[in-house]
Amino acid sequence: MSAEAGYDDPDTRPLDSARSTRGRDAWRRFRRNRAAMTGLVLLCLILLAACIGPFFTPFDNETPDWSAFRAPPSLEGGHWFGTDQNGRDLLARTLQGTRVSLAVAAVATLVAVMIGVVFGAIAGYVGGRLDQAMMRFVDVLYALPYILFVILLMVIFGRNVYLLFAAIGCLEWLTMARIVRGQTLSLRQREFIEAARAAGLSSTAIVRRHIVPNLVGPVVIYAALTVPEIVATESFLSYLGFGVQEPLTSLGTLIAEGTDVFEVLPWLLWFPAAFLVTLLLSLLFIGDGLRDAFDTRGRG
Amino acid sequence: MLGYAFRRLLTTIPVLWIAITACFFILRLAPGGPFDGERPLPAAVKANLAAYYGLDDPLLVQYFSYLGGVLRGDLGPSFTTADFSVAEQIAIGLPYTLIIGSLAFVLAVVLGVLAGVLGALYRDRVADWAIAALILLGLVLPNFLIAPILQLVFGLTLDWLPVGGWGGGALTHLVMPVTVLALPHIARISRLMRGALIEVMNGQFIRTATAKGLSRATVIRRHALKPALTPVVSYLGPAAGYLLTGSIVVETIFGLPGIGRYFINAALNRDYGMVLGTVVFYMVLIVILNLLVDLLYAWLDPKVRT
Repeated sequence: MSAEAGYDDPDTRPLDSARSTRGRDAWRRFRRNRAAMTGLVLLCLILLAACIGPFFTPFDNETPDWSAFRAPPSLEGGHWFGTDQNGRDLLARTLQGTRVSLAVAAVATLVAVMIGVVFGAIAGYVGGRLDQAMMRFVDVLYALPYILFVILLMVIFGRNVYLLFAAIGCLEWLTMARIVRGQTLSLRQREFIEAARAAGLSSTAIVRRHIVPNLVGPVVIYAALTVPEIVATESFLSYLGFGVQEPLTSLGTLIAEGTDVFEVLPWLLWFPAAFLVTLLLSLLFIGDGLRDAFDTRGRG
Repeated sequence: MLGYAFRRLLTTIPVLWIAITACFFILRLAPGGPFDGERPLPAAVKANLAAYYGLDDPLLVQYFSYLGGVLRGDLGPSFTTADFSVAEQIAIGLPYTLIIGSLAFVLAVVLGVLAGVLGALYRDRVADWAIAALILLGLVLPNFLIAPILQLVFGLTLDWLPVGGWGGGALTHLVMPVTVLALPHIARISRLMRGALIEVMNGQFIRTATAKGLSRATVIRRHALKPALTPVVSYLGPAAGYLLTGSIVVETIFGLPGIGRYFINAALNRDYGMVLGTVVFYMVLIVILNLLVDLLYAWLDPKVRT
């Protein structure tokens, strides 16, 4: 090993080394984390399969194949994952369900991050009475089982996918707001913020240009940890019958349908279940990997 | 301690009030009434029904009479089962939910703490890895997936346990639902416990205790365990809430007659009165459980009381 290679190690490299950025160090540590990298590769594969896969499957997720009802999985028949009681191709349905789950995860996480960051940054930056009031509000919501609110909303407004996205996102922002507030509070004391204020920047500009960019680390970590929770919540709701409606499906719905018949048609449970578990595992590993990569305190 | 308990009690009142108000108005916003069935009712019948249930009063009047009812323990009428009020149905279902919930709670705490301590003591050795792998499974497998797998393996293939039903509360009927309900919390608690114990074991006072010649077992039992338990205790409040909502799924899968099933049936049948009643009841229960856990926490850790 040359001396050069030694400098690549973020733990031993001198602090003043050029080109060293927090993000690059984090990525280097992330890359060395085998579980996280496996998760990332798996997630990419699932993403590819869910987005591009449907163009290559010979069947779509709605049309029944009149020659193959309840067909077990087989390579020759063209139904790799088999078909359900209505002759619909399970592979196509699983891919479509995965897409819904991923879309819910992406949109709901985005909604949660946006609300959480804005709310937390305002509370932390303004401080004082407003901060107290805003955080009491978060405490109140924290004490309530939000899943019941989601069910309530789904009962009233019907099983609308977009509402599902928004409802889950609107209720997952609480922890994000707390983390962002704490971070903002400590950032506010720092010299560069004072310098910006002395230079005459307005509060909005300071929050937007100096506070929010410095929140990226914790926000990314927590968002990554939120995603699997949202996927699990979505499949939980779909399982109970409050999720997306036919002919659309989601992994939770597929598992619920598979459970009803899994003694006779076991593949209807196993394939969606395998997709959901793989997805959750890879998201979990990625989230843990990101946390370890950004948070240098807990290592060792 | 008493002062803290009183202040903590005062803060739960606005929480409950906001929860009940939000639920009430969300449900009243619902398009269509509870009596819009497949066959339209004659206008006169509908008006009579609305008058009977007080749905023709102004919204605020309905709200305050509902609030008053909740204070007296009256959760209003159910719109589909005329013979039983919401409170009566909840009273029927509650014992079942409480039994599996509390058993799962105890199981989760005992096994979770045990697994966490073992993981911390055998850190980075085979036992730790094995426990970590099991915990990962508990975290990742959703309960609606574990339940059918257990039913298939232990109920149908091995034929050791009944697949579902209450069975008069026989232990064999309880094993699977309680296990499924407890599993994710065993996983979370053991993770918290392992992390906390490892941190505590690095503390100065542990080194002092070891230096004065105490055995490892005594050090852990007498000095390390209590401070390491605080994150676990603070998780118990949310855990109680998760157990209640988790039991919705478990009751549905195992065919147990608890409130979770009433809630799901009411939600799927759009019985708004029952949905509102059960949600309000769940909220009250969860807020009370949170309060109890907070008081326990304050008792364990005097710093919180200020």
